[in-house]
Amino acid sequence: MQDSNIAPIIGADPKALANGNAILSVKQVSHGFNKTHGELLILDDVNLTLGAGEIVGLLGRSGSGKSTLLRIISGLITPSSGEVDYLGKPLDGPAKGIAMVFQTFALFPWLTVLQNVEAGLEALGVATAERRKRALAAIDLIGLDGFENAYPRELSGGMRQRVGFARALVVDPTLLLMDEPFSALDVLTAETLRTDLLDLWSQGRMPIKSVLIVTHNIEEAVFMCDRILVLSSNPGRVVAEIKVPFKHPRNRLDPVFRRLVDDVYAKMTARPAGDTVKKGLVLGTRLPHVSTNLIAGLIETLAGAPYHGHADMPDIAHSLHLEVDDLFPIAEVLQFLGFADVREGDIILTPQARVFAESDTQPRKVMFAEHLLLYVPLAALIKTVLDERPGHRAPRLRFEQELEDSLSDGAAKETLDTVINWGRYAEIFSYNDQTEFFSLEDVEF
Amino acid sequence: MNFRFNTNAANWRLLPNGWDVIAFPLIICLIAMIAVGFHQTMMPIASLKTQAISLDPANLPEYAMRTTLRMLVAMVVSLLFTLVYGTLAAKSRRAEKVLVPMLDILQSVPVLGYISFTVTFFIALFPGRVLGVELAAIFALFTSQAWNMTFSFYQSLRTVPRDLEEVSRGFHLSPWQRFWKLDVPFSMPGLIWNMMMSMSGGWFFIVASEAITVGNNSFRLPGIGAYLAQAILGENLHAVGWVLLTMAVVILAYDQLLFRPLVAWADKFRMETTRSDSAPTSWVLNLMRRTRLIHQLLAPLGMLIAVAARIPLHLPRVNWPRPRGLPREKISRWGDIICVVLAILVTVYVVYRVVAYAQAGVTLGEVWHVLMLGFITLLRVSVLIFISSLIWVPLGVMIGLRPALAGKVQPIAQFLAAFPANLLFPVFVITIVHFHLNPDIWLSPLIVLGTQWYILFNVIAGATAFPNDYREAAANFHIHGWQWWRQVMLPAIFPYYITGAITASGGAWNASIVAEVVQWGSTQVSAHGLGAYIAENTTAGDFPKIILGIAVMSLFVTLFNRLLWRPMYAYAESRFRAD
Repeated sequence: MQDSNIAPIIGADPKALANGNAILSVKQVSHGFNKTHGELLILDDVNLTLGAGEIVGLLGRSGSGKSTLLRIISGLITPSSGEVDYLGKPLDGPAKGIAMVFQTFALFPWLTVLQNVEAGLEALGVATAERRKRALAAIDLIGLDGFENAYPRELSGGMRQRVGFARALVVDPTLLLMDEPFSALDVLTAETLRTDLLDLWSQGRMPIKSVLIVTHNIEEAVFMCDRILVLSSNPGRVVAEIKVPFKHPRNRLDPVFRRLVDDVYAKMTARPAGDTVKKGLVLGTRLPHVSTNLIAGLIETLAGAPYHGHADMPDIAHSLHLEVDDLFPIAEVLQFLGFADVREGDIILTPQARVFAESDTQPRKVMFAEHLLLYVPLAALIKTVLDERPGHRAPRLRFEQELEDSLSDGAAKETLDTVINWGRYAEIFSYNDQTEFFSLEDVEF
Repeated sequence: MNFRFNTNAANWRLLPNGWDVIAFPLIICLIAMIAVGFHQTMMPIASLKTQAISLDPANLPEYAMRTTLRMLVAMVVSLLFTLVYGTLAAKSRRAEKVLVPMLDILQSVPVLGYISFTVTFFIALFPGRVLGVELAAIFALFTSQAWNMTFSFYQSLRTVPRDLEEVSRGFHLSPWQRFWKLDVPFSMPGLIWNMMMSMSGGWFFIVASEAITVGNNSFRLPGIGAYLAQAILGENLHAVGWVLLTMAVVILAYDQLLFRPLVAWADKFRMETTRSDSAPTSWVLNLMRRTRLIHQLLAPLGMLIAVAARIPLHLPRVNWPRPRGLPREKISRWGDIICVVLAILVTVYVVYRVVAYAQAGVTLGEVWHVLMLGFITLLRVSVLIFISSLIWVPLGVMIGLRPALAGKVQPIAQFLAAFPANLLFPVFVITIVHFHLNPDIWLSPLIVLGTQWYILFNVIAGATAFPNDYREAAANFHIHGWQWWRQVMLPAIFPYYITGAITASGGAWNASIVAEVVQWGSTQVSAHGLGAYIAENTTAGDFPKIILGIAVMSLFVTLFNRLLWRPMYAYAESRFRAD
């Protein structure tokens, strides 16, 4: 399956690059929040180097700390340990020459397009006439002529992000950071913006030396980047480094391109899911928020034609218009619940899941309840506690506190909410959101 | 298994649990105190003269209860008024044209002005009973609470989502059913928020309205305000201290026992289907939801309301005999014209009567003099709002950008806004007299003493809501110093600031009536201004001059709102909101 010239280089020595034309290097950076039970790590010993003339992608799922890493690189956050060198000097606060493009655009709504673009120059103390000239040039470059006096709310999402790019480019940055810059845009707009940006980059019309893109979209990463760093989740570590040897402009339908996308998919599914499934879920495993409708929907889709219970993950993501962040959690949950196996970028339904797909509502619920009690320890625990207590009632707090021993507050809450949703569907317990009590009222079996 | 489980469930519901031990006495005692309080209002008016207000702190809990009760009654009346007036304004096109501008003017009339007008009326209504004076005080409170609640309700009714409206029509709900199933629940969050604001404002006026002097008639209603008036008369600083303490306790209790539960409860009426991260919580509401006995007691009440809301009450539709041959639109046009003409006639008549009455006691020179006084007070209000903005905007931003600190400061600022600042006035008088200060300058701070906090907590709210992305963008592009204030922070908080400043300036105008003339024992300090003019003429019982003063003040407030705040608000809404 693997082509020799796209073989990933894992754990490339950062020093090898650092001595050459490194723009920025991240050295043993760890970051975490202090919690009473110890530190919950978001980033764990991350090393990376950005060289001149390359576009690097940081690829990871939600919760992998990729946005945090980007903010550490931009100097907006100081890491708990480790350091960041920018042009050979340790980074201390937001550095000049590092400009950022935001997922939400982050344009000031009370400033016009021109004022938004000029704001960065004004902060650098550029004289008024010069400022106006450079801002107009940037607006021109990015294709915003005629919109100089518009306010951001008058523009479409794509135009707003163009303003975001113009604002970043006008300060002549050495390094351009992009935090999921296309994920808030529709598919067509995003593609236009990507190609426009790549055109400017390959024609050398931007003074930028290096670009770092954070994304959870595998195709986007393969389409744009020269090098992809894959971050694992909880905590974030660089688990793979993949070189993309294709020249721009790239063709998404090229078989070599598709093969590399497949390869990255396999890398991203291999680790986190593989480990947990072998051990089985434990009480403190974080469960993503996946509704029972999505679970049933994916099982039905996979059971039907053309997949017949066996699908390639990139294929199914593509045909369902799902991104990694949407598809992986559902696949993972199917695996947790014994409805599917996920290996090397493929997803295979278990025989039980095929039965599930052909059943009606009530048998489905019974089956789901069995799997839930068998495979999800938290659901089993709630059921046991309710059965044992004389009033068959238990407060939410009792379980939330137990989860918080091993999860952050937010994750504990999310996990419990997920299990509540599943348990209600399976009718193994009922839950009152106002009193925050579990009970066995209205439970039939 | 099924059977065992059911009996078990039936049993535990009837057994009291631990929470009942706290909740039950709390509620029983509240009911008892209300009953006692009501009984006393039926006593003859002479009892007010015989039962002098005692400065013994032991009486304060009872006085506090009486004061609180007045607040509660006024709130209920305001609520009824809101439901009726708001509905009329929202449902009838013709009524809307008159009712909405009227409401706007009504809220510009200084609240304390209403007292001067209405005391004599209410006393005449219940001759020889305390009830008359009580009603006058309650009416004053009502005028301080009702208007913004009504506005909020009216606006909610106008913005009921179209799909929900269509659903209720599809289900053939009668107007009565629709009112309770759709209109009221939809406007609940806004209404409750405005009730809270009204209540905050109300404390100021209850303290001022419990000790009323109009001409030769002087009334002291048992309550915190009267206690304070007595303390001031007796130059008793200890008693003033006790009042401050009591007031703080009462406001906290109101917040914890009434509004927190209401806000937490009303959270379920929010339109967003997503759950907010920090849903409001209340220990009292949890108490009521988790206690068995209380829950059982409240259940019938809930049933009653639910049943009442379900009555398919069809309002009788008046079908005027339609003249033949005339199309419906034409009748409607004629109806409009008749309505407008009627409204104009009534207005002209009322104005004529009042002017004729006032002319007897007021000369043109007097009008000119009062206008000048109005400008002095206008200057005072503007300067002080400006000064407090200079202080609180930067501080509010600093606080709001630190979430941990904002969480601590915000409740304090809200508490200070609710705290009736007139309790602190004696301290100022003593200082002014002691240092022989110029009252025209040094009495001025009093008018913003209570209302400046609205600026602070709105600015804090604005800075807290400032998107983190904007902060990061500003930091990434090295925007700092004056450019940061000018291009980033000030525009972001501007809409919030305007909201705060409007409330603060409205409160300042109201406060001027009690703040420009202040007393301590036999010492009286007064500043020049419209507020002092109204206060002095109220004491003298000179009605033509009271009318003139109040009319001029209402005019100033209305113009101030129309020419300054309204355009500023519209500008803020259009320019500075993100979407």
